[in-house]
Amino acid sequence: MKKILINFAHPARSRSLINNALRSAIEGLENVTLNDLYAHYPDFLIDVKREQALCEEHDVIIFQHPFYWYSTPAIMKEWLDLVLQHGWGFGSHGNALAGKLFLQALTAGGDDSTYQKYGYNEFTISELTSPMRATAKLCKMTWLPPFAVLGIHRGLRQEKVSAYAEDYRQAVIALRDETLDLELVKQSPYLNSNLSTAIRRPV
Amino acid sequence: MEQFLLQLFIFLAAAAIAVPIAKKLGLGSVLGYLIAGIVIGPFGFSMIGNVEDVMHFTEFGVVMMLFLVGLELKPSLLWQMRTPILGMGGTQVVVSSVLIAGVAIAFLPWQQGLAVGLILSLSSTAIVLQTLREKGLMDTSSGRSIFSVLLFQDLAVIPMLALLPLLATVPLSHDDGHHGSHLFDIGTLPGYAQVLITLGAILAILLLGKYASRPIFRIIASTRVREIFVAAALALVVGISVLMTVVGLSPALGAFLAGVVLADSEYRHELESDIEPFKGLLLGIFFISIGASLNFTLIGDEILLITGLVLGLMGLKALVLFVTGLAFKVQKSDRTLFSISLAQGGEFAFVLFQFSKTNGVLPSTTIDPLISAVAISMFLTPLLFLAYDKLSAKQQISGDTRESDNIDKKGHKVILAGFGRLGTDLGRFLMTAGIKPVILDHDAGNVDVLRKFGFEVYYGDVTRLDLLEAAGAAEAELLVITISDVEKARELVELVSKHYPHLKIASIAADRTSAYELMDHGVTVIRRETYGSALNLGFDTLKLLGFEPYEASRMKSIFQRNDDAMLSELHKIHRQDEENYVSMYQKHTAELEELMTLDKNNSSDELDKAWAPANPED
Repeated sequence: MKKILINFAHPARSRSLINNALRSAIEGLENVTLNDLYAHYPDFLIDVKREQALCEEHDVIIFQHPFYWYSTPAIMKEWLDLVLQHGWGFGSHGNALAGKLFLQALTAGGDDSTYQKYGYNEFTISELTSPMRATAKLCKMTWLPPFAVLGIHRGLRQEKVSAYAEDYRQAVIALRDETLDLELVKQSPYLNSNLSTAIRRPV
Repeated sequence: MEQFLLQLFIFLAAAAIAVPIAKKLGLGSVLGYLIAGIVIGPFGFSMIGNVEDVMHFTEFGVVMMLFLVGLELKPSLLWQMRTPILGMGGTQVVVSSVLIAGVAIAFLPWQQGLAVGLILSLSSTAIVLQTLREKGLMDTSSGRSIFSVLLFQDLAVIPMLALLPLLATVPLSHDDGHHGSHLFDIGTLPGYAQVLITLGAILAILLLGKYASRPIFRIIASTRVREIFVAAALALVVGISVLMTVVGLSPALGAFLAGVVLADSEYRHELESDIEPFKGLLLGIFFISIGASLNFTLIGDEILLITGLVLGLMGLKALVLFVTGLAFKVQKSDRTLFSISLAQGGEFAFVLFQFSKTNGVLPSTTIDPLISAVAISMFLTPLLFLAYDKLSAKQQISGDTRESDNIDKKGHKVILAGFGRLGTDLGRFLMTAGIKPVILDHDAGNVDVLRKFGFEVYYGDVTRLDLLEAAGAAEAELLVITISDVEKARELVELVSKHYPHLKIASIAADRTSAYELMDHGVTVIRRETYGSALNLGFDTLKLLGFEPYEASRMKSIFQRNDDAMLSELHKIHRQDEENYVSMYQKHTAELEELMTLDKNNSSDELDKAWAPANPED
């Protein structure tokens, strides 16, 4: 059983229906650690030692956050800037993260059609998350396409929210139990594009 | 009495006229005093009587100066300096003595030659230290080298006093060769008792300084009568001098020791600022009397001899110093200063020549031209410093500038006025940032406790100008006021803005009214004493109620920012209310109302808009 760390960042959690739902879906799962960055560091003073220790203890690191300005909330950038130290996370002697799985779980306002070359946002989610992908590469981590919840501006119906939450829960469990076909998901734009086929059912 | 006052007036007036002129011309105060002495002396307007008596009396200024020097040298620092003191100082004194004696023996019997060599190897602590201080060179590497040598010379006077009588060759005209005091002559005691008494005296100074001085000063300080503290400080220095004279040691050395012992004391600044004016005055008059004692008739008659003596003396000593500097790896750029600054004869030469005369070591015919030569060499020293400044200034333009590392070393200089509960935490915080504030507090109890925890705390009333001066307000960057007594704080702000306009001020205020008062006096950085705790407690409250920590933190910051912004507006309203003679009670409630209204207007629209999902296509 793999250990999963979820670095969660939402500056106004009380206002986010979807992020709360996703979060509740995985909270309390065995071998899953939820690390709420804004709650831990309301003053942005990130405890680098604590964060590095958390990373070292886990095999999968998920960054769960709303997709603000095609990127992460501010504290997550601060986290990357401070925690991923040379000689620890990257560089010729920085192997602390090597081989771990890297996953972004993001929620975005526009739906899938807006994140296309001729759509409203003109770039795909894959293109827009390439900095994170490059980060994972530099840290010698195995990058997975993001778990994406799109189109939340239109307002998601409750059953849709629940469905996303359940997908997220299944994905996390599959990652934990190593029942997710990583090679298969790597071919899709999103980890949850075709989740049911990617998760191997126990025979 | 009238005669005395007249003499005093002449000395003081001469100093008051000559020193500002000399300073204006860039000659330094020492040269100013010397010139004043020549002008009022027997070869000028002949306005003063017995110069020698004045000189003897004012030699006491040297004692006070060494006490002050000691105060600035903690024992640990002195111990660190043991190598330069013994090494450089020892080399300089021994080699100079031998070489000068070697030259002198060509003209004099060997005993007399040796005596001359020993006496002339000494330099002028008074002139050199005064000049180094004025130029701010005491804290530089060359300043420390120079000081080490001077210190060794002061120590060397003691064995010299013991050795010189053994070199006596001249029959004494009358027998009052003993320099002992009239109070108590230990010369009548057997040898071992003399040694015991001498050691006992030094031990007494060390023990009293270490253990008894603090409680005594605390009691005196608690009377809060300023002159009593001054009296106690003077009594201390004078008492030590008397004690040292009785046991046959140099009073200057005793005072120096006492200073070192008291260097760790929280009353250091107080002592410093009390003794300083006396020292300055006495030394000034001492320099004047040196100027006045120049015997121009003799100099005129023996111009060649004396010129030769001066050049020979200074040349030889400078050479020895230069070689000493080379041997002890004094930096190249410092070597010249090191050599020229100590090339003169010193005030101890006057004392020791007098001593040699009364002990039948040297005849007057030998002493008189030598004394003139020493005085001239002392006179030339400030001129040499001046020439050095001009030359090195040129060098600096042409190349290396080393100013910055000096600034770097000293770092930020912060004076912390008041060290109560708030000051303690502030001080601790600053220390973690590597800033070591000079701390002033007038609560003797506080001072004691905090000292136990290793803080550098000094006792004194912060609104005293001389205490601020002693704490280094002239060089300091920032004054932090943590006194809740607004009257006192205001007084301090007024004093500082008048005398140290460069000094930045940050202050706490007990409440809003105090803050307004400080704002009236131009203080812009003001924090209310309990405000930070109130907001932090507010933050904790929100968290306990289940607010998200980050949101609570932002609410706190937003509130603080709005409150800061309101301050100047409230200040205005407060002043208007005052003009309208609103009663104190009404004013308080009116202000509360205004505060609440403003808070309402500041309702957190900002919070509502933050991170609210919105569709860009709408």
